Amino acid sequence: MLNMTPKEIFERKALRINPAKTCQPIGALYASLGIHNCLPHSHGSQGCCAYHRSHLTRHYKEPIMASTSSFTEGSSVFGGGANLRQALKTIFQVYDPEIVAVHTTCLSETIGDDLPSLIKKAREDGIIPEGKFVIHTNTPSYVGSHVTGFSNMTAAMVKYFAKKNGASKDTINVVPGYVEPSDMREIKRLVGQMGIKYILFPDTSDVLDSPQRARFSMYPKGGVKIEDLKDTGSSKITLSLGKFASEGAATLLDQMCEVPYKVLDLPIGIAATDRFIEALIEVTGKEPPESITDERGRVVDIMTDMLQYFHGKKVAVFGDPDQVISMTEFLVHLGMKPVHIVTGTPGKYFERRIKEIVKGVVDNPNVKAFGDLFLLHQWIKNEPVDLLIGNTYGKYIARAEDIPFVRFGFPILDRIGHSYFPTVGYRGAMRLLEKMLDALLDRQDRDAPDSKFELVM
Amino acid sequence: MNGVVLKERTGQVYEKGAGPFKLQCNLDSLPGAVSQRACVFCGSRVVLYPITDALHLIHGPIGCAVYTWDIRGALSSDRELHRFSFSTDLREKDVIFGGEKKLEAALLELIERYNPEAAFVYSTCIVGIIGDDIGAVCKRVSKKTGIKCIPVQSEGFKGNKRAGYEAACRALINLIGDGDIEGISPFSVNILGDFNLAGEIWIIKDYYRRMGIEVVSTITGDGRVKDISRAHGAKLNVVQCSGATLALAKMMKEKYGIPYIRVSYFGVDDMADALYRVADFFKDRQIMENTKALINDELNKLYPALKEFRRELAGKRAAIYVGGAFKAFSLIKAFRLLGMKVVLVGSQTGTKEDYEELEAITDPGTIIVDDSNPLELSEFLKEKKVDIFVGGVKERPIAYKLGIGFCDHNHERKEALEGFIGMYNFAKEVYSTVMSPVWRFVPRKEG
Repeated sequence: MLNMTPKEIFERKALRINPAKTCQPIGALYASLGIHNCLPHSHGSQGCCAYHRSHLTRHYKEPIMASTSSFTEGSSVFGGGANLRQALKTIFQVYDPEIVAVHTTCLSETIGDDLPSLIKKAREDGIIPEGKFVIHTNTPSYVGSHVTGFSNMTAAMVKYFAKKNGASKDTINVVPGYVEPSDMREIKRLVGQMGIKYILFPDTSDVLDSPQRARFSMYPKGGVKIEDLKDTGSSKITLSLGKFASEGAATLLDQMCEVPYKVLDLPIGIAATDRFIEALIEVTGKEPPESITDERGRVVDIMTDMLQYFHGKKVAVFGDPDQVISMTEFLVHLGMKPVHIVTGTPGKYFERRIKEIVKGVVDNPNVKAFGDLFLLHQWIKNEPVDLLIGNTYGKYIARAEDIPFVRFGFPILDRIGHSYFPTVGYRGAMRLLEKMLDALLDRQDRDAPDSKFELVM
Repeated sequence: MNGVVLKERTGQVYEKGAGPFKLQCNLDSLPGAVSQRACVFCGSRVVLYPITDALHLIHGPIGCAVYTWDIRGALSSDRELHRFSFSTDLREKDVIFGGEKKLEAALLELIERYNPEAAFVYSTCIVGIIGDDIGAVCKRVSKKTGIKCIPVQSEGFKGNKRAGYEAACRALINLIGDGDIEGISPFSVNILGDFNLAGEIWIIKDYYRRMGIEVVSTITGDGRVKDISRAHGAKLNVVQCSGATLALAKMMKEKYGIPYIRVSYFGVDDMADALYRVADFFKDRQIMENTKALINDELNKLYPALKEFRRELAGKRAAIYVGGAFKAFSLIKAFRLLGMKVVLVGSQTGTKEDYEELEAITDPGTIIVDDSNPLELSEFLKEKKVDIFVGGVKERPIAYKLGIGFCDHNHERKEALEGFIGMYNFAKEVYSTVMSPVWRFVPRKEG
């Protein structure tokens, strides 16, 4: 199907072909699911909410709950205020969440619904019951990407709840970024093993990887609790993992409650994980237990065992900026050559950072923020690669060009594992190593003539 | 069962036998409900999407394009232009200054690059608000390129999915009427309302071929612009499903005097009925004989194969929640054929007539529901002690979380469920999920 992608590259200004991103509200919805007892609410037409739920359902294979303001023609003319009031009534009456996290859509943004006033009025009129919360963020679909939406909703958690209340001075905040429930679980495990008290937000573990219990629950047991969000303002420091998805919340916390922060790359790959652990040591003075050092050692051991299979291989990577930045660095440390790197999310920092990482390894890397998969495919046609890494949509290119393919990032609609096995931390690095090696060695086996087909590799 | 039903929704839920039948439908969803419904754009997009040699350009922010990118598995026998995601990816400045120029540039570039047979330009919520005149852009580009560019007025907020079907049909009627209809057989049909999921339309086309009937066009599954442009040359429109393309059949009747019949290709009775009714229409002895022979032949193969499944499945209980209600009729019959009992049936977009028929064909005690939500559905499933739930993407994990079987009778089906072979596939799928050993490991179900 992609055999019509031309090799020659031309400037396109008005057109996106096979995008490498999606819109803000889905990211906001995902972040909201990381609050305990929260019902995400989409302020706009039904379609947006249906699409976001379907897309997330396909990725997580879990029921994704979210309500919608169900805009009609009337609401788009007269504003969605009445719809939001009715929605909040319905939600608290029937679904009884502790908190409703409202995100806007391009429709409600453009007609200019003033969410803070609407929420304030609903509170005054008793539509929001005592002890219940409604927070919101603005997520116009025509700005940024799903990563921006995640970042905005995470910042909204700070905006509505963070207080300098003197709760605990030795707690650290960790903003995990737009990662899988498995990654959030792994980050908690690492921090926990270091004996550090932490508040992780948002936290979708135990929400989107919930076990089979023969019952349906609107609000599975996971998610950051509101009292913890309130305490974030009293933490010692915030560690934000991933500049694109997590810096917003950290800077806001600093402004509001003077909690200093550090922005780190997502701890994907060995060096980025090292930096995360080092940062934990630095801010808490605690040393990692032997178990963590052992994990690291195992990663290095695999890398040394298999280095010849990675060395010099050309790779194309695409996906969300935070993931792609760390992955690119990991590839460089494996002796590979990331030659084509694309994210759909806009932002100049991405290109700068990637060029910094591949400096001295790849002479003229193709790097683009705000790009799409059509462009990536064209680059690959001009300079073929040995491995393609990205979300499910990469399978079209992998097939068209017959390239080994590792699924990584969001969304993954055609495989499972991503929400159960982390890619962050040393364990995550091990899993990535296994996946990449499998892809490369399966290909070597497949292509080898009988005479070169080997048992031991 | 009233515990979980919203007060405002009680008119949309009915338990057969509990008082005289009355069900509200076609209402806007209550704001705040976790509705399973989608929007106008979604309706138009799904109807037009399987036209494989047309360009589908979505004018709006990126999400609308991403979420409908190759998501339904509508198969093509050759070109696959429908599987791309093309979007104008509107940004903030376009929303302020208007996106018409961008749209025109995008359309021109795509037409030059992909040389489509026609182009559909979909309007999204935001385009409706900022007021881009996509009709004017389409007209200009058509003139410049000679390619028919058709605006699809599918702003999401202008109703529900059903309104989107109609918008798609209004777009489609523009394609019909240009083609040369010389030489079309007097025994000819258009197939409407099938999307060729898992190759289903190929099964149905083969049946018509064996009956001696020419299929002029398939609208929209495995659809081709050129065939559709000749659709007015067919003698009969055969419309499947609850109404995605019913509006088109009506328009074609008015404009070209082509009669239509509504059929279902799901289940044995409905499949046979569909073919007989088509044969009847042509009043030709040979066609009728061919049809009888075909059906006999297929049933002789099918019945022995179904027996095994029936023995194990008899007495099991099924729940159905689908997009269009028409599908539900066939499903109820199909479950009966397997000896199973349908205890819940509902749809997102059923009409008054649909629900009246559902009431007529279901057993007492069956819950009939319009525009339901996960909380209601899961309560109903528990209450009725269901063994299998039939639904779409968002229903699947709910069923699994409850520890019951699931069958996708929506667009995620991977096996053809239409035709006689489809009944076999359906039985096999129901069997494999209901009888799966995995349920042994599910914690004991709560009272």
